[in-house]
Amino acid sequence: MYMTINGTSVPIRGETTVLEVAKREGIWIPTLCHHPGLAPYGACRLCTVEVTAGGKPGLTASCTLPVMDGLVVLTDSPRVLEVRKMLVQLLLAGAPEAPAVRELAGRLGVNKALFPLVAAGDQFPGCILCGLCVRVCENIGVGAIGFAFRGSSRKVTPPFGKPAAACAGCQACANVCPTGAVKFRRSEGRLLGEPWQADLMMANCASCGQPTVPEPLVEYANRKAGSPVGEHLCPSCRRHKAAEGMV
Amino acid sequence: MATEAVGLKNLEQQGLRTLYPGKTKISVGMATCGRAAGAEAVYRLFQEEIAGRNLDIALNATGCLGFCQQEPLVLVQSPGGPRFVYGRVDQKLVLQVLEGLVNGNLPDDSLLIRVYEDDVLVTGEKIILTEHPAEASMLAQIPFYGSQVKVATRNCGYIDPASIAEYAARGGYRALQQALRLKPDQIIAEVAGSGLRGRGGGGFPTGEKWAFTRKAHGQTKYVICNADEGDPGAYMDRSILEGDPHSVLEGMVIGGYAVGARTGIIYVRAEYPLAVTTIQEAIRQAEQHGFLGANILDSGFDFHIKVVKGQGAFVCGEETALISAIEGRMGDPRPRPPFPAEQGLWGKPTCVNNVETWVNVPPIVMLGSQWFTAMGTASSKGTKVFSLVGDIQNNGLVEVPMGTTLRRIVYEIGGGTGYFDLKAVQTGGPSGGCIPAEIIDIPVDYEALARVGTIMGSGGMVVMDERTCMVDVARFFLGFTNDESCGKCLPCREGTRQMLDILNRVCAGEAEMQDLTLLEQLAGAVRDTSLCGLGQTAPSPVLSTLKYFRDEYEAHIRDHFCPAGVCPDLFQLTIDPEACQGCTRCAKVCPQGAISGAKGEKFSLDQGKCTRCRACIGVCRHWAVKVVPREVQP
Repeated sequence: MYMTINGTSVPIRGETTVLEVAKREGIWIPTLCHHPGLAPYGACRLCTVEVTAGGKPGLTASCTLPVMDGLVVLTDSPRVLEVRKMLVQLLLAGAPEAPAVRELAGRLGVNKALFPLVAAGDQFPGCILCGLCVRVCENIGVGAIGFAFRGSSRKVTPPFGKPAAACAGCQACANVCPTGAVKFRRSEGRLLGEPWQADLMMANCASCGQPTVPEPLVEYANRKAGSPVGEHLCPSCRRHKAAEGMV
Repeated sequence: MATEAVGLKNLEQQGLRTLYPGKTKISVGMATCGRAAGAEAVYRLFQEEIAGRNLDIALNATGCLGFCQQEPLVLVQSPGGPRFVYGRVDQKLVLQVLEGLVNGNLPDDSLLIRVYEDDVLVTGEKIILTEHPAEASMLAQIPFYGSQVKVATRNCGYIDPASIAEYAARGGYRALQQALRLKPDQIIAEVAGSGLRGRGGGGFPTGEKWAFTRKAHGQTKYVICNADEGDPGAYMDRSILEGDPHSVLEGMVIGGYAVGARTGIIYVRAEYPLAVTTIQEAIRQAEQHGFLGANILDSGFDFHIKVVKGQGAFVCGEETALISAIEGRMGDPRPRPPFPAEQGLWGKPTCVNNVETWVNVPPIVMLGSQWFTAMGTASSKGTKVFSLVGDIQNNGLVEVPMGTTLRRIVYEIGGGTGYFDLKAVQTGGPSGGCIPAEIIDIPVDYEALARVGTIMGSGGMVVMDERTCMVDVARFFLGFTNDESCGKCLPCREGTRQMLDILNRVCAGEAEMQDLTLLEQLAGAVRDTSLCGLGQTAPSPVLSTLKYFRDEYEAHIRDHFCPAGVCPDLFQLTIDPEACQGCTRCAKVCPQGAISGAKGEKFSLDQGKCTRCRACIGVCRHWAVKVVPREVQP
């Protein structure tokens, strides 16, 4: 199977979406809500491309556009570039400080904000509602956070706006957040997940007594493993123990 | 004769006995619209008076006859005589009608029509109530009904929605009986051949959708009835559910049989309590009589229908969001493909059709695709129900053959706008565009409407006269879509917010000319990049008004003037001494006492007192109250 991207015929080698094919070919398509480890979501629409033949013609998001033999797309047509700029303008009104948004604006040649800043409301600053944190949390099997409300009031929150009871402190949400809006910090033997009001006790290393990972995460790992994974050690002590065993 | 046939025949006989009892019968239109206009009080009064006077009269409730302007509607039928249809029935008229029945002289006041015969659509039968002149066929007597062709609303206002027997007496469930003798592919071919397209707004060919669902792999399949009608001012589906619930069920069972589903779900808004209880009662009756449930009509086919109540999100009318909501998740749309026909509810092939689409199915099965294709245009067949609202004489639910011009709907059926001239017609709810009065000769046809920048939609039709500010209209609809956007995708969530912000500034006289260019670019981007139909069509009111009424936008910005006199800071009122006849009407209606003058003399308006409520414009019959730019700019 072959498809055509920007006038070049390229083979489809097991990819399921146009975005994947373009990435493999080294063609830059901006994304914010996409993560290769998660199912396509289609929320930020930055990956919009133009289908000119072989499918329904017009603009569509490439992350959710299934590959098809004979599909012809443009990733940089004037219309595509125009709407991407407009989408970045919308992002700039909500998260003007986010480095990812600023970088994108620079790369797309947007140097003047067209829209007035929108009030952040209840949402925490920098969040662009890409949903990666919600999806990764659900994917891991924790589901400590979700969306609440709709439209401009939509936000990511733990259930009922209360501190995230289910948060295991894995910090995958912070890891996938494209704007760095999700922040965790350590404080006196605790891990604080700020936007989720998570306040987690750290487990201590059985050998040196130093804090390691949050307690719920140890439980989570034990649960996943089916049985306790043995003595809880920090990476350093575990290395030492392993080294001792080799001698 | 098979037992099921005997069962249906008995039911028909039973229904005929209550539809045409051997005594006088009074029916009160008791759908939500009728109740809102006071039908419950009318019904109670009939009940009390009939009992109090010991009269032998049958009294029952029926659905909506469609003529909202005239609610509450009451039908009075005596054996051997025509059926009298009364509008705007009040206490006085109730008593007059009862007295008229006793002394054999029914009142002429408030009489809308005399019905001489009933057509039974699905059987082609005519039931003659009394001999009558040929030209006096039921609906031709008043223009409101004259051009209407009732297919989807064939039983609304005729039958008691709580009576399965009356539905059967109108030919109900015959199509199901017939369908179960056909092969599923034959039914799909018939529906495909009819050219029926989705009546919920998308206009996708129904037969094709059914064929996809049938072909999709999997043992478990579903059919869904989308009754999440949410367009402002639209109530086609509600009236059908409240007035003729069994036609929806019959369509769904036939559809389920055709696509290979055993479960159907009706997703109906919780804001339609009467529709919910009516359809639930209909399901119970259909199960009791073997039209639903296990082994339907001894055919070996099982089909069950459940009702799911929507919890008040407009976006759940979008099929993928609707499915998500049924699954108990947030009502967010997801990208298509995969289409529900392949992966729908619980990941199984699912056929989603709107209420009006489902009710078209039984007559198509009974009368054949050619009967259906005989109505309409090349690409749009059959009829379409519209809720005709706004600045129009005859408000109501109207059903017309496809191809009928908007002019005919507005002027002939709707009776025109009245004193003020027509300015625009908005079709398709918040997803549709505004068509200016100059081009309302276009036909009701999916493609013709799309060409002028609007959509068929689910049937909302808002008529606006010259007192309407088109920028304000665009702002109203944008406000709606902005509120109702689920917020999942960026362009719809943030784009509608920014468009609304610009429109607010235009209406406040605070926008710059370049804002219009930005508005147009943004609207185009939202249309082209949004995830689902809501966002893709949300800019239509803006784009269409920019196209046809750009001068009005420009007047707001350049002259700080709202020519229609709507945006409060951008106009003032004055009384034109040339036109004023000194009739005093304006002075009487002014709540501020801002208008003064002596009868027969010229009146004048005190700007200091005027709050620009426009009440004077509405009462002046000499066009003397003028909308002019403000002397002092805000």
